[in-house]
Amino acid sequence: MEKLVKQTIEKYGSDPNRLMDMLIDTQEQFGYIGPEAVATLAHGLQLSQVDVEQTITFYHFLSTKPRGKYAIYLNNSAVAHMFGRDAIKDAFEREAGIRFGQVTEDGLIGLYDTACIGMNDQEPAAIINNKVFTRLTPYRVREIIRHMRLGKSLDELVNESYGDGRNQHPNLKTMVSSNIRRKGMILSDNYVMGKVLREVLPGISPEAVIAEIKHSHIRGRGGAGFPTGFKWEFCRKAKGEKHYVICNADEGEPGTFKDRVILTEKPELVFEGMALAGYAIGGDEGILYLRYEYRYMKDYLESVLQSMRFQQLLGTNIGGIEGFHFDIRIQFGAGAYVCGEESALLESLEGKRGEPRDKPPFPVEKGYLNQPTIINNVETFATAVRIVENGGEWFTQFGTEDSTGTKILSISGDCMFPGVYEVNWGFNVEDMLDMVGAYDVQAVQVGGPSGTLIGPDEFHRTLGYSDLSTGGSMIIFGKQRNLLRDVVLNFMEFFIDESCGSCSTCRNMPQVLRNKLVKILNGKGVKKDLTDLREWSKTLLASRCGLGQTAANPIVSSLKNFRHLYEELLQKDIEFDEGFDMKASVESSCKYVGRVPKFHH
Amino acid sequence: MSKPVIATTSLAGCFGCHMSILDIDERILQLIELVEFNKSPVDDIKTFTKPVDIGIIEGGCCNSENVEVLKSFRKNCRILISLGECAIMGGLPALRNGIPVEECIHEAYIGGPTVQLNKDHILPNDDELPMLLDKVYPCHEIVKIDYFLPGCPPRADLIWDALVALITGDPMKLPYEVIKFD
Amino acid sequence: MSSLIKFKIDGAECMAEAGTFIVEAARQNGIYIPTLCNMPGVKPKGSCRICTVRINGRLMTSCTTPVADGMEIESNSNDIKELRKSIVELMFVSGNHFCPACEKSGNCELQALGYLYQMMVPRYPYDFPNRGVDASSPKIIKDQNRCIQCKRCIKSIKDEQGRSYFAFRNRGNHLEVVLDEELAATMTDETAELAMKNCPVGSILVKEKGFATPIGKRKFDHQPIGSDIRV
Repeated sequence: MEKLVKQTIEKYGSDPNRLMDMLIDTQEQFGYIGPEAVATLAHGLQLSQVDVEQTITFYHFLSTKPRGKYAIYLNNSAVAHMFGRDAIKDAFEREAGIRFGQVTEDGLIGLYDTACIGMNDQEPAAIINNKVFTRLTPYRVREIIRHMRLGKSLDELVNESYGDGRNQHPNLKTMVSSNIRRKGMILSDNYVMGKVLREVLPGISPEAVIAEIKHSHIRGRGGAGFPTGFKWEFCRKAKGEKHYVICNADEGEPGTFKDRVILTEKPELVFEGMALAGYAIGGDEGILYLRYEYRYMKDYLESVLQSMRFQQLLGTNIGGIEGFHFDIRIQFGAGAYVCGEESALLESLEGKRGEPRDKPPFPVEKGYLNQPTIINNVETFATAVRIVENGGEWFTQFGTEDSTGTKILSISGDCMFPGVYEVNWGFNVEDMLDMVGAYDVQAVQVGGPSGTLIGPDEFHRTLGYSDLSTGGSMIIFGKQRNLLRDVVLNFMEFFIDESCGSCSTCRNMPQVLRNKLVKILNGKGVKKDLTDLREWSKTLLASRCGLGQTAANPIVSSLKNFRHLYEELLQKDIEFDEGFDMKASVESSCKYVGRVPKFHH
Repeated sequence: MSKPVIATTSLAGCFGCHMSILDIDERILQLIELVEFNKSPVDDIKTFTKPVDIGIIEGGCCNSENVEVLKSFRKNCRILISLGECAIMGGLPALRNGIPVEECIHEAYIGGPTVQLNKDHILPNDDELPMLLDKVYPCHEIVKIDYFLPGCPPRADLIWDALVALITGDPMKLPYEVIKFD
Repeated sequence: MSSLIKFKIDGAECMAEAGTFIVEAARQNGIYIPTLCNMPGVKPKGSCRICTVRINGRLMTSCTTPVADGMEIESNSNDIKELRKSIVELMFVSGNHFCPACEKSGNCELQALGYLYQMMVPRYPYDFPNRGVDASSPKIIKDQNRCIQCKRCIKSIKDEQGRSYFAFRNRGNHLEVVLDEELAATMTDETAELAMKNCPVGSILVKEKGFATPIGKRKFDHQPIGSDIRV
C-alpha cells in the first residue's frame, strides 16, 4: 500500500495543494484511506497526520475506514423520499443484511445515506462505485445485491438501459436521463462549437469581450447573482503572477440538476465559455471543479477536452490568436455542499477542508493559490459564449430589465414532467406549474432549501433577481405532502449534515432549531416556540457564508408562509412545556432496576 | 400588609446555596423582619401550608422525586427562582449527562472500584426511593422559572439584593463581582 | 505610519493605519470589541463570530475586516450586543461548561464573556454532549466537551517543521479538535504550557496542573474582560 500511495504523491508532484486528488485516488484504489496511507501521505507532504485526516474527515465520500467493495450511496433528498426512498432503503437493508452506515462482514457491501445527488428528476437514485442507478425499485435492489454477490461487474449491474441523448455516448453509457423539456439559447441545437473562439475573438480585444458581457447585464447563474462582467473586469485588473478561471460545477443545492444536464449535453459550450473567460481576464489555466456525485462523467468530459485540444480550441494559440493559450483540467470535490460557496471551493481546490474564507479579500483579487481568480457557474460560462457570439444588446431582449437572458430550471417533485426547462427570466410560478403539469399544488420550494417556500397566494410572483431569485432548483409539493415533517425537517437535517462547522453559529444553531421543530412535530409545542424559532434563527445571520446565513430558511420561510401548519400542532391550553416527559425520562432506570417510581401527589 | 412568604428547597444540590443564603450574616435578622418562611429546610416546615410568594430552588432534577417537588413549588409559588449552577444548568450532578443511566447505576452499585460490600449486587429496591432520570435536568427545562441567580454558590450579596429587589420592587443592583459561575 | 485613515466606531472618531483589522484598530483607539478565536500574531479566521459588527447594514467580523477610510462601524448597539450574547449562550449550551469544576474558571474567556453580557441563564436548551476526554498523550488532557473549536491551538501550536500538533476532525456538529499522536509523543513542556495558555477555555490542560491561582486572584475575578483596553 505504501508504495502505491507514494506513486500517487509523485503523480501530483508532491504538491500539498493537490491533496484532494491524492486522497480521491487513494480512496478509489483501496476503498478507504487507512492509517498506513495517512502516515505515508503525511510524511510525503511534510504534514502532521491529523492535518491529513482533517481533510479526509471533512468530505462525505472519503473515509478512514473501509466502505465496502461496493459502496452504495442512497440519496436522501426530500424528493427521493416522496418517490419511495423508504421502500428502497428497506430493500437494501433486507437484502444486504445490514443497516445503513454499516458494511457487510465479508466487506462486500456498504450502505450509506447521501445528500441530493442531482437526480431529483429520476428518484429514487443511488451511486454505487461512481455509477449512478436511477429510478430504483425494490425488485432492482434485490437484483443488484444478488448480482453483486455473484461477482458481476458494475457494468453488468447497469443492465444496459442507458438514458437519453448523450448519456449513451460510449464514454458515458449511464442510465441517467437528461430530461430536457424546453430549450433556449443554451440548450439550443444551433450551437456551433468553436465559432466564438475561431471567428469572434480574433476580431475583438479582451476588454471588448468584457464590455459585451457587461452590456448584456448577465448576472451569475449559481444563485448569488453577482454581475458577471464586473467580476471579469475586477479580475482582469487585479495584479498577480497568474489569473485563473474556475468553473463551479459543485451543484449541491438539493433539487438542482441542470449543470448535470448542461455538462452532459453541451460540455463544449461550457469549456468554450471558460476559454473565452480566460481570454477576457488574461488567464491560461482553467479548472472545472466537479462534484464527486458526477464522477461518472469523468472519462466522458476528459474525452471532450481531448477532442477540443485536437481541434485547437484548447491549448496554444487558440483560434489562431497568437499568444492565446488556455487549457482546462478537471478536479473533483468529495461530497460537501459548502464547497459550492466559491471561497470554500478554492480551499478544496487547494487540498484543504472546504471552509469558506473571510472576505475581503475576494477571489478576483486573491483566489486560487492567492492569485486573481474568477469563479463562475456552469450555466454562466455557457451563456457567455452566446452573448459574445450574438452581442450583449441581442441578449437583453430576453428576460426582464433587471434579469436578462434565460435561466435553466431544474424542476422536480409532484409534477407530470420533471426535468430541465430553459425559460426567459420573468416567467411566473403559475405558468411554470402549468408548463410542467403540476396540479393541486400546496407549495413550491424556490431555490432549494436555502431559498423560499411559497404557497398558492404567491404563485403570481415571477422568477428574477428582484423577485424570486433562484439558482434553478424548483421543487413542487402536492397537497398530500406533510410540509413540516417531510420537507422542512429534511432540509434542516441537510443543513446540519453539510455545515463545515467553522462558525460557532452554523455549527450549533441548526440543531437547536431542528430540535425545537421536532418538539413541535411531537405535539409538545407551545406558542412561545414559534417566537423562539423566529428570534433564534437570526443568530445564524452572523455566519460567514451563505450556507450558515440561510440555514434557518426552511423554518423561517415556512413559518412566514405556512404558519397555520405550525399553529395546528401547538398545545392549546398551556403556555409552558419544554418537552420534559417524566415517563420517558425514567424508562431506562426503571427497566434496569426493575421498579417504578412512587408518587405522593 | 402581611409579609411576603418564602419557601426554599434543595433538589439535586449540595445545600451550598442554602449555606450562601445564611451567609448574608447579620442581614438575616432583617430578612426575618421582611419575610415569613414557609416550606423550607431553614425552618423545617415540610409541606406548604399557605400560598407562597417566592420559591427558591437549589439543585437540578436528577430523580423523580426532584421533579415532583419542583412541580409542587411551581404550583404553590407565585415566583420561582433557580438559585445556583445546579438549578440553572444541572451543575456537577450533570457531569453524568451523556452517560447512559444504566452505566451510572452499575458503576455506583455493582462495578465501581469502591463497591465491595454489595456482594449480592442488590440495586436500591425500597419502593420509597425515587427513580433516576435519564439525565440531570436544569429546573427551567421542567417548569417555568422566573428568575435565575448564578454562582456556585451564588454570592450572598446577590441573593440578598435579589430578594430585597423582589420584595420592595426596587431595581436590582448587579455589580460585576456578584455574577459568577463558580 | 504614513497612511493614517479616519473611521468611526459607534459615532466616535477613530484613526488607524489603513489595512489594520477593525478589532486591532478599535483597541488602538481604546475601544474594546470582544473576541474569542482571535489571537495576536496569528492569521484571523472569524470563526467564533463574537466580534461581529455592522458596517453598511452588513454583519462583518471585525477580526478579519480591515478598516477603510470613512468606514462607519456599529459595535456597541443593543442589537449587536444581543447578538453577541446569544452566541455566547449558544456556546455554553453546545458544550459542557461546568464552570465550578473547571480548572480554567476565572481565567476562561468564554466565561468572562458570560459575565460581560450578564448571562444569567442561556436561552437555549442544554445539549449535554458526550464527546469524551482524550488523556492518551504524555503531556496534555484534551476535554472535547469544553472545546469551542476556535482553532487557536491549531493555528498557533506547531513543531519546528511547521507541522500542526492539533487539527480538526469531521465537520458540522461533529467537529472536534484532535491532537496528533505522533507529534504529541515528543511534545515539550513549553509547548504544552503554551497550548494550555492559548486555549481560551479549559479544553487543553497540562497534566497534573490546575487551580494554581486562588479564587480572588484570577484574571477575571474583579475586572471584566477588555478592561485593559477601555479608555
